[in-house]
Amino acid sequence: MEPIIRVENLVHTYGEGTPFCRSAVDGISLDIYPGEFLGVIGHTGSGKSTLIQHLNGLLKPTAGRVLFHGKDIWEDTKKIREVRFRVGLVFQYPEYQLFEETVRKDISFGPKNMGLSEEEIARRVERAAAFAGLAPELLDQSPFELSGGQKRRVAIAGVIAMEPEVLVLDEPSAGLDPAGRDGLLANIRDYHRATGSTVVLVSHSMDEIAENVDRIAVLSDAGVVMSGTPQEVFSRSEELEAVGLTVPQVTKVAMELRRRGVMVDAAVYTVSDLYHALTALGKGGAGC
Amino acid sequence: MLKDITLGQYFPGNSVVHRLDPRTKLLMVVAYIAALFLAKWFVSYAVMLAVLAACVSISRVPPKSLVRGLKPVLFIIAFTAVLNLFYTPGREIWRWWIFKITWEGMETAFFMMLRITMLIMGTFLLTYTTSPIRLTDGLESLLGPLKKVHVPVHELSMMMSIALRFIPTLIEETDKIMSAQKARGADFETGNLLQRAKAMIPLLVPLFISAFRRADELAVAMECRCYHGGEGRTKLHPLRYQRRDYVTLLLGAAVLGTVIALRNFGL
Ligand SMILES: Nc1ncnc2c1ncn2[C@@H]1O[C@H](COP(=O)(O)OP(=O)(O)O)[C@@H](O)[C@H]1O
Ligand SMILES: [Mg+2]
Repeated sequence: MEPIIRVENLVHTYGEGTPFCRSAVDGISLDIYPGEFLGVIGHTGSGKSTLIQHLNGLLKPTAGRVLFHGKDIWEDTKKIREVRFRVGLVFQYPEYQLFEETVRKDISFGPKNMGLSEEEIARRVERAAAFAGLAPELLDQSPFELSGGQKRRVAIAGVIAMEPEVLVLDEPSAGLDPAGRDGLLANIRDYHRATGSTVVLVSHSMDEIAENVDRIAVLSDAGVVMSGTPQEVFSRSEELEAVGLTVPQVTKVAMELRRRGVMVDAAVYTVSDLYHALTALGKGGAGC
Repeated sequence: MLKDITLGQYFPGNSVVHRLDPRTKLLMVVAYIAALFLAKWFVSYAVMLAVLAACVSISRVPPKSLVRGLKPVLFIIAFTAVLNLFYTPGREIWRWWIFKITWEGMETAFFMMLRITMLIMGTFLLTYTTSPIRLTDGLESLLGPLKKVHVPVHELSMMMSIALRFIPTLIEETDKIMSAQKARGADFETGNLLQRAKAMIPLLVPLFISAFRRADELAVAMECRCYHGGEGRTKLHPLRYQRRDYVTLLLGAAVLGTVIALRNFGL
C-alpha cells in the first residue's frame, strides 16, 4: 500500500550556529499508511514533538524530506497551508491556543481559514464537537469558563473541524485525571473508527498506546529504534527498557504471574487480553 | 523572525569577560559608549574597533551571533546613514534634483554607521557574557547611592531581572501559540496592514492570558517565600571586586584617556 505520509531521513537541528545547537531528530525514516492508527512512543526529549511538527510543515527539515501523497510538502511553499488543513495537528497542552469568545467561534477558526461557507462551517463545528465529546450546550459558552479537560476537547475539536485526512495528536491525555484520559481516548478511538481517517497518537504511556493503536514506532535519542505491531514491540521488553521505556502494566502482571507459576500467556498487552488469557486458563482447569 | 531577537540573551561561558564583576562591565560599557561619542576620526575609531575585537575574542562569543544581533536595527542604521549622507553641507561631489552628496556627508554617514554598529555590538557583548541576574545585581549595586534620595532601586532592579528572565519564556510561548494557530491555518505573513493586525488576535489573546497567569503564579510563589522587598535582604553571592576588575578598569580608563587625547589632536 502507498503510504499517505512518508518521512525520509529527516534531520532537524534547533538553533543552528548557537552554542545550544543539537539535533532533536536525527535521520528518521517512517511511513504512515492511510487509515491506520499509529502510535509514537519515546521518553521525554526523544524528539516526538519535533518529528510530528514536520508532518504538516510547521518545521522545515534541516535535511531529508516529508512526502504527503508522494509529493514533497516543501516543493511549493505556497501550498504549505493546504497541507496543514489536510494533516491536522493537535499540540501538547493545546488548551493555551483558545482565544475566541465562544467555543463555537473557536472551533470554527480552522474551517473559516479554509474559506468554507457558513452552513458548512456550522455543520463541521457540530460534528467536531460531538466527536470530541463536547455537549451541544457548551458551544455557546466562553472557552475560558470551561474545565481543563473540556478546554482540551475544544482545542481538539478545532482541529477535527478541518476534517483532516491525517489527525496527529501530541500527548493528548497529558495532565488529565484517569477518567478524563480514558474518556478522551475513547473519543479518539471512536473518531478513528467512524471516519476511517489516519490517526497518529504520540504518547509516553505504554498502556494508552497498547489499548489503542495498530502499529507503534518507538523513538529514542532522536531516532526510530523499533517499529511494528504492539505484539512485536512489547515482546522485546529488554530492548524497550534499554531505551528508558517499559511494557504495559498488564504485561508486567502477566509476567509476574508466570514467574509465580500461573502459566498465562505472556503476550497480553491490554486489560481485556489479560481477562481472556485468565478465563482461558480457568477453562483449561490449570488455574490457581 | 522571532529568532532574531537576541536582546537579553546570555551565552554561558567561562572566559575572563564572563567572570568579570558585572559592575566593572557596566562601567566599561558606559566608558565605551562615551569614548565612541568622543571619537573624532579614523584613528580613534580604529582604536575603539581594536578594543572591541579584543574583548570579543577574549570572550569567545562567536562573532556571528553578535552580527546577527544587528539585524533588527539594520533599518535604523541605514536610515541614519542616508540622512547624514544627503543632509550634511560641504563640498559637493554629486547632485540630482534636490539631492546632493558631499564629502563631509560621506564621512559623517560612514562614522555614524560605524558608531551605531559598534555601540550595539558592545552592549550586546555585555548581555551575552553576563547573566541577567548578575547584570541587575550590578546595576542595583551601582545605583545603590540613589536609595538615599528614595529611588526604589531594589524594586526597579527586581522588576528588571524578572522582565529579562521572562523575555525568552515569552518568545518561546509566542512561537508555540503561533505554531498552534498556524496548524489551524492562521496566516501571519500575507495580507494588508489591517488583515495582519486582525491576524494577531489569535496570537495576542492567548499570549496575554498566559502572561497574566504567569505573573500571578510568580507573585504567589514570591509571597510564599516571604519576599517583602529589599529591606534587610542579603545576597547569596555578594559582589566583590577582584584583581582582574581593577586591571580592566585601569585599561578602560587608559582607552578613554587615549580617545580624549586623540580628539584634541583632531584624530
Ligand atoms: N524550540 C526548541 N528550541 C530548541 N530546542 C528544542 C526546541 N524544542 C525542542 N527542543 C529540544 O529538542 C529535543 C527534543 O524535544 P521534543 O521534540 O520536544 O521531544 P519530546 O516531544 O519527545 O519530549 C529536546 O532535547 C528539546 O530540548
Ligand atoms: Mg513533546
